Amino acid sequence: MIVVEPRATLSRPLAALAPVLAGIAAMLLAAIPIAFAGANPIAAYGYMVSGAFGSMFAFSETLTRTTPLILTGLAAAVAFRARLWNIGGEGQLYAGALAAVAIGTGAIDAPSWVMIPLVLLAGAVAGALFFLGPAVLKLKFGADEVVTTLLLNFVMLLFVQMMLEGPLKDPMSLGWPQSAAITDAAALPALIPRMRVHAGLVVGLVAVLAVWLMMKRTVWGMEIRAVGENAPAARYAGIPVTATVLRVALLSGALAGLAGVGEVAGLKGYLTSDLSPGFGYSGIVVAMLAGLSPLGVVAAALFIASVFVGADSMSRGLGVASYIADLVVALSLLSVLVGGFFTRFRLRLARRTPAGAEG
Amino acid sequence: MDILDILLSANFWAASIRIATPLIFGVLGALICERSGVLNLGIEGIFTAGAMAGWMAVWLGLDLWPALLVVLVVGALFGLLHAVLTVPFGLSQHVSGIGITLLATSLSYFIYRTALPNVSTPPRIEPFRPLDIPVLSDLPFLGTALFSHTALTYLAIALVGVVAWILYRTPLGLAIRAVGDNPDSVDAQGLSVHALRTGAVMAGSALMAMGGAFLTMSAFDAFFFGMVNGRGWICIALTVFASWRPGKALLGALLFGAFDAFQVRLQTQVGAFLPSQVFLMLPYLLAIAALVVVARKADYPRALLVPWFKGSR
Repeated sequence: MIVVEPRATLSRPLAALAPVLAGIAAMLLAAIPIAFAGANPIAAYGYMVSGAFGSMFAFSETLTRTTPLILTGLAAAVAFRARLWNIGGEGQLYAGALAAVAIGTGAIDAPSWVMIPLVLLAGAVAGALFFLGPAVLKLKFGADEVVTTLLLNFVMLLFVQMMLEGPLKDPMSLGWPQSAAITDAAALPALIPRMRVHAGLVVGLVAVLAVWLMMKRTVWGMEIRAVGENAPAARYAGIPVTATVLRVALLSGALAGLAGVGEVAGLKGYLTSDLSPGFGYSGIVVAMLAGLSPLGVVAAALFIASVFVGADSMSRGLGVASYIADLVVALSLLSVLVGGFFTRFRLRLARRTPAGAEG
Repeated sequence: MDILDILLSANFWAASIRIATPLIFGVLGALICERSGVLNLGIEGIFTAGAMAGWMAVWLGLDLWPALLVVLVVGALFGLLHAVLTVPFGLSQHVSGIGITLLATSLSYFIYRTALPNVSTPPRIEPFRPLDIPVLSDLPFLGTALFSHTALTYLAIALVGVVAWILYRTPLGLAIRAVGDNPDSVDAQGLSVHALRTGAVMAGSALMAMGGAFLTMSAFDAFFFGMVNGRGWICIALTVFASWRPGKALLGALLFGAFDAFQVRLQTQVGAFLPSQVFLMLPYLLAIAALVVVARKADYPRALLVPWFKGSR
């Protein structure tokens, strides 16, 4: 019979390899639905790789997709570190996008060096405040933040639709519910001429470095880790648990809000209610693939983005439904979860003790 | 007065019960899982999978009742996956549940899109029809309010009694409740903690899938993307609100259904003054409010979220 036994020490090579193996496992498992859809999996993977990395344009598209995923992934990673289960990245992203549109479409007239920081700040504040509510409900009433953040995603999406049909509607859009365009001064500039990858990527990378330094080098980072590992012990050790949780909530929400700013002010140029194809939810997968490490988030976001961009091209080339990308993302999450198990435990084939052998 | 008109209309009460039906299935399912100590956030995806599987089974030519059997199996299989990850492996129930939701949702959409690549209007099936109960269905008011429903609604309400009976009147129910409160005691009795939890999660997930199937096989007659629309998450909130009791679950689902039916009708009356989205937000906000009100004094199953390994107490 098979016995599960804990490893004496965490297996470091396995811990480092687990996300890579999980990604590979997810891609291999995806061969089953690809074949089911009547396509050759090898050809499908070929389309995916060339679609995501095959040309300068393809790579720019992949980086464009990576941008929001870095930020929502980082948002989830920071929160999960403190065992604050923020599943509301999607709603916080829209909160950020809404704030960007509210002040970036002509309400304020100022030069770029004022407007861009202002739009980013507004988005971050909106995202932070939108997660502050669930965090307070958790601390004050013990309401599970998983459920409240999930439900608030739906509320925020409806709120966005309401705003787009009401106060924020572009009068020139001929009945189509979308906001007015972000002004040139508030728009995040493109990084490469004629490509879509924009300065939001820089914002994401700076955020990664900042969070990494904070977690590693500052008291706040130490407190966050302590609260996540054992909140009662942290409290006993004199760490301000409540303040730490609130701080994490604000940070996590702000990061997700920045993702929304990037999509609106860097990519689309205006807000619609289908701005995000689930970046908030994919961010959870990014965070888990990254092992909640800020630097790992970049690699994980790049992987997930390449799956989405590659799947689009596979879908066009072979007619496989592009939902295959969501399927790979889901399989990656489950695979990395299993991988994490094997870094902490091993399976051993144990011989059954013969009856009566003892005594 | 307008509001009184709403409350006095039989259609309003019929709609309340109709809206409550998938939630009754969902809350019962979530309650069984959580009573055994396992939070199942796969519910939203399992609803979607149940809705898709039931619709597709009928569309492929199966009769309604055999199609429901398919739904139960699909739900139980996703439950098995969640149980394997969270029970013997003891992995994070939160993350695994979200993973199951992502998997079940994307798999359902993928299969639907693969089967029907180029349709713009979703194909319809012949769904469950309201049962025509002799005498009762012809009663004034009550006939419409209570006896105009499909078999699935009556099945959901009957299941409330069945689940309550199993949980509180049978040794199996005692074992399920014990394994969610104090798994060591169950182990000491010589029962398998892992088998009990796995079984409970599979059974609960099968019921969740029924909740989804109600949408495509009774409430509507086709499958749409995004049709579950947070109903699963609402069930998780209602489970806490019901303090993990089947009777209260029925009450909570009916109250919620009544509220939802009420807001739809209110919307048609005062819709000119407020955007429709305000009304559509209300159910989600109500679910949050229900959770907040009871959260402090909620009597969570004591071993909820806590994995159990043999010999490590």
